Amino acid sequence: MMTRYLSELNIGETSIIAGFDTSRVKDKEFAADLEDRLLEIGFEEGLSIEVLHQGPIGGDPIAVKIGTMTIALRKMEAAAIILGEQQ
Amino acid sequence: MTALRVALIGAPNSGKSSLFNTLTGSHQKVANYPGVTVERRSGTMTTEGGHEVKILDLPGIYSLNDRSLDEKVSREIITGVHEMEKQPEVLVCVINASNIRVHLRLVLELKTLGLPMIVALNMHDLAARDGIEIDVSRLSEELGLPVITTIAVRRSGVEALKEFLDRDASAYTKPMGIKSDTSTRALQKEAGRITSLVQVSEGGHHKMTRILDSVALHPVIGPILFFVILFFMFQAVFSWAETPMDLIEGSFVALGELIGENLPDNWLRSFIQDGLIAGVGSVLVFLPQIIILFLFILTLEASGYMARAAFIMDKLMAKVGLNGRAFIPLLSSFACAIPGIMATRTIANHRDRITTIMIAPLMTCSARLPVYTLMIAAFIPNKPVLGYFGLQGVVFFTLYLAGIISAIIVAAVMKKTITKGTLQPFLMELPKYQMPRLNHVLLELWQRVRAFLRRAGTIILYAAIALWALTLYPFAPKDATEPDIYYSFAGMIGRALQPIFAPLGFNWEISIALVPGMAAREVAVSALGTVYALQGDEDQVAQSLSTVLQNSWPLPTALAFLAWYIYAPQCLATLATARRETNSWRWTAFMAGYLFALAYLVAMIVNISAKALMA
Repeated sequence: MMTRYLSELNIGETSIIAGFDTSRVKDKEFAADLEDRLLEIGFEEGLSIEVLHQGPIGGDPIAVKIGTMTIALRKMEAAAIILGEQQ
Repeated sequence: MTALRVALIGAPNSGKSSLFNTLTGSHQKVANYPGVTVERRSGTMTTEGGHEVKILDLPGIYSLNDRSLDEKVSREIITGVHEMEKQPEVLVCVINASNIRVHLRLVLELKTLGLPMIVALNMHDLAARDGIEIDVSRLSEELGLPVITTIAVRRSGVEALKEFLDRDASAYTKPMGIKSDTSTRALQKEAGRITSLVQVSEGGHHKMTRILDSVALHPVIGPILFFVILFFMFQAVFSWAETPMDLIEGSFVALGELIGENLPDNWLRSFIQDGLIAGVGSVLVFLPQIIILFLFILTLEASGYMARAAFIMDKLMAKVGLNGRAFIPLLSSFACAIPGIMATRTIANHRDRITTIMIAPLMTCSARLPVYTLMIAAFIPNKPVLGYFGLQGVVFFTLYLAGIISAIIVAAVMKKTITKGTLQPFLMELPKYQMPRLNHVLLELWQRVRAFLRRAGTIILYAAIALWALTLYPFAPKDATEPDIYYSFAGMIGRALQPIFAPLGFNWEISIALVPGMAAREVAVSALGTVYALQGDEDQVAQSLSTVLQNSWPLPTALAFLAWYIYAPQCLATLATARRETNSWRWTAFMAGYLFALAYLVAMIVNISAKALMA
């Protein structure tokens, strides 16, 4: 099965965070501490995630639910989040 | 007995600022750390037992990785190496009970720094309402730290914490059982472990937030709602502020006249009337707009909506290399750049914030309208263009558009050069919606107002007095053939500048008028009136000025003058506010410099090309 990333998830879809792949982000400097930043705000392997909203232009940024939190992030950032098996 | 030094620390949305506000009430001070834009909030509180406690509210951060200035300053203070701030004796780490998994990581990270620490488990009530149950004594046991539950927005909700702080510094002990591996991942793992142990029930998503977000973040309804809110906000700024502004202006004029009637005609009267009173008036006149705009902004921020507005606008602002949060400050700058620049505080990233401050004066503020109106009425015939539109309206629109397009270009250039840096993630938590607390909103409003009056106000006042002196002295000779201002220092400066302004098509009258016109843009109209020695009140001067200008200025000069006003920072209050908000004279000088350079360049191009076209 193809690896899926958070940026490919549609509104209402639920999945599990499986890991991070910041090499998918073009800007290397930006990618350097992206994983730490994602971890700090609450993205963590094994947590369940749901896409709640998408921005009005190009569906970017997106808002996701993790636990009791809603977190907003750009698709570019979401592209570095690997999803696991769908429930 | 010396006061206990306590520092509050916590992640964004932990309710730390509310806790600070409730603990210190009106006993607080907001300033900047030297040389940086990081805000220093401090206050005092007295405990039941008579202990005085000094509370420092550190910036909201997720970690101490030194990635941002906020993190760097916080780390320096906590470890006691900050150049100005004394090391706190006790840390109070505020964590949101609804989100302990994330916030515990910061607690664990702070614990490694070795200061005595108390954990304030905040918004306990809201978490319980969402079905989240936490075993507080177990949490305290696992962390090896005292844990106190708080409800920051209520005075009764902070009593336990206040009681705990009611003792001498020596009574607090350093935390035990420090783990050596402090990588984000290791801390995360430990935080996860503790969370699973102490969180009795997980609870669900905040229902109200989910319902409100389905409207506020709806791809179609969301933006509509946003623009309705904005429309209402600006309607309020313009219409509600008008009456108090007129009132302030009117009463200062009346006060000036009253003094004029009761004092002998000498320099002192002129100083009080035209220097001091006019100066104070020019500061206070901005207050109604600042108050109304910030009442809206602070309420939206406290309710949690501001993060949603940033979400909606992010894609658009990202195209310019800015963050969604830059939109409201820039839009506010169409009313007045001063509250706009002050509103940039919601932009967390310092480089983005500086960029936004730098381009804010390019938004056509309401003070340019008198200048634009005068020039357009005098020089642009109102003939129809393309059938529907009047030429005057088209010129008006072009002036606004030129400002916006220039701002986009300047922002893009800045982001590639001087404010260049690693791309900043948009990543942010959308907080739960909350009913804004009126007393907290008013407290923060008062801080903004006080900051403006104190820091910007004093600079504006001094500058107004200096300009008064420049335009009055020295007096004109008895056999003067030109208006008085011609012989004054302002006149001398203006005449000296005239050769420089010649390529723009500016005559000596304009060059002189630009000197007192530094005070504020709309002053240009009355300054021109003075230079052309016109008499009467404001409206009469504008009326007769229109005729005078028509007869004495060629069209290219008039167009160049309009172009000049799109860019020129002819507003000391804006520069004073930029100085206060950037906390840097260099950025202020950069702002003035680049705007004058653009003004000069564009006005010259307009003058030369208009001449060429008409030849």
